[in-house]
Amino acid sequence: MTADAIRTRIWREEPESGNPFAARAAYCRGYDVYGEMLGRARWVEMLILLFREETPTKAEADLLEALAVALANPGPRDPAVHAAMAGGVGGSTAASCLMAALAVGAGQYAGGREVYLAMEAWNACGTDLDAWRRRFAAPTSEEVSIWPAPQHPPGFDPHGVSTPTPVKQALAGLAFVSPGPRLPWLEQQRAELEAATGLPLALSGVAAAAFADLGFSPEQGEMLHLLLRLPGAAAHALEQRGYGHKKFPFFAVELEGAGA
Amino acid sequence: MKGPDFLAEQVGVLRTRMGAAFVGSKAVFRGHDLHADLQGMDWVELYVFGITGRRYTPEQVRMLHAIWTHTSYPDARIWNNRVAALAGTARSTGNLGIAAALAVSEASIYGRGIDIRAIDFLIRTQQHVDGGGDLAEMAAQELQARRSLAGYGRPIAAGDERIEPTLVLARSLGLADGPHVRLALAIEETLLAGRWRLRLNYGGLSAALAADLGFSPREYYLFVFPAFLAGMVPCYLEAEQRPEGSLFPLACSHIRYEGTPKRSWKTRA
Repeated sequence: MTADAIRTRIWREEPESGNPFAARAAYCRGYDVYGEMLGRARWVEMLILLFREETPTKAEADLLEALAVALANPGPRDPAVHAAMAGGVGGSTAASCLMAALAVGAGQYAGGREVYLAMEAWNACGTDLDAWRRRFAAPTSEEVSIWPAPQHPPGFDPHGVSTPTPVKQALAGLAFVSPGPRLPWLEQQRAELEAATGLPLALSGVAAAAFADLGFSPEQGEMLHLLLRLPGAAAHALEQRGYGHKKFPFFAVELEGAGA
Repeated sequence: MKGPDFLAEQVGVLRTRMGAAFVGSKAVFRGHDLHADLQGMDWVELYVFGITGRRYTPEQVRMLHAIWTHTSYPDARIWNNRVAALAGTARSTGNLGIAAALAVSEASIYGRGIDIRAIDFLIRTQQHVDGGGDLAEMAAQELQARRSLAGYGRPIAAGDERIEPTLVLARSLGLADGPHVRLALAIEETLLAGRWRLRLNYGGLSAALAADLGFSPREYYLFVFPAFLAGMVPCYLEAEQRPEGSLFPLACSHIRYEGTPKRSWKTRA
């Protein structure tokens, strides 16, 4: 064993004879990935196994798979997908389109950080409605960080007036397959929570509850949210590349102040 | 106005005080014609003007240059630089590798995560001291609350070789005696005299110099964004010039597995 080893509880490799830099077998959490899992394991089972020690139950795998469908494409109006399309339309590299989607989709408005903050709220409040009300009423932290100061309760839409149908459909569908307890509770208490914030629930709030029901930490939920929203960004980036920049909105400009 | 009515007002138009490109005629940068009013401007000066809207003297701009140059280390082992270098060895593009390396520099134990905390701490402490508060008490509170003090100590070394040349330059430019630099040094004295044994690091000194130039925490955070950039490019370049895949190769034995022993997927419960 070398002093420059990488420690891991996730991955083990055995070398091919004659080449220590090529793996003969790779094991994820002890399971033979190419020898046994491939062809038998679902993608979502592999995904969950990467993040935690034990394989998911069928209900957990079903929940993550349903969530992955809900998150796969935020659609071209979403800022993260918009960013990926802005890459695609100019002929930028594939990775830069996804990096653009990740950077924009990382934020506190419908992004990964919003999911992280909402999951912190789940950890703090659980299924205690009064705890949620107290949290919404409390002033937000003024501690300086790389993130801009939060401007709305995480998991709710600051510009919404009512809960969009897809959000209600996602919540109902995910609550139905969830092992609980958060998604079913959120479905029951949605109106109360929305009344407390004055804002409708957003898809990020549903995703946060789902990740929490799957036993993920806020850090894991943030990562998975970033990851699971990339397919739509990729597809829309390539599509706009095909349409070309003349068919992509450039928008008008109005200079304000001294430059006008 | 709020909700969808507010959003409807914003549709289809960029309303901006920052600037715009009038392609074929001119570019406006913070209210100024980039090719007329700002003609000949130094790049760092323009960058800082873009962030703050303020103009700085040649001496101040030279100091700001040095904050970047003194911490540009082309060492591919350093975590953020390593990203640029790995992009080179993996034959990715220079832009992708270096952009990712810059993004990674927004870390919590070094780089941007520390930078913004360091300047915020110095500005708050200066206000505390100006209001008659005690410096040692403020530092102790911060250490107790955070278990670390941004701008003091260093994750992988005890000393900081960047401090002295930066202070020498600051003195030569007449910028070493501002209230935040004096405060940063006074905090170091307090920490060394106490049980903490923490020295001022380069991030702390840079933050103090910037605070003395009137930077807010967010302005400073954006200013230091490219601080490591010049050191990253050589890391990418050298890795790209050497045989592919030959930077930091890892054999299977370099993976020290500490997890669950082998088990069967087919027969799992």
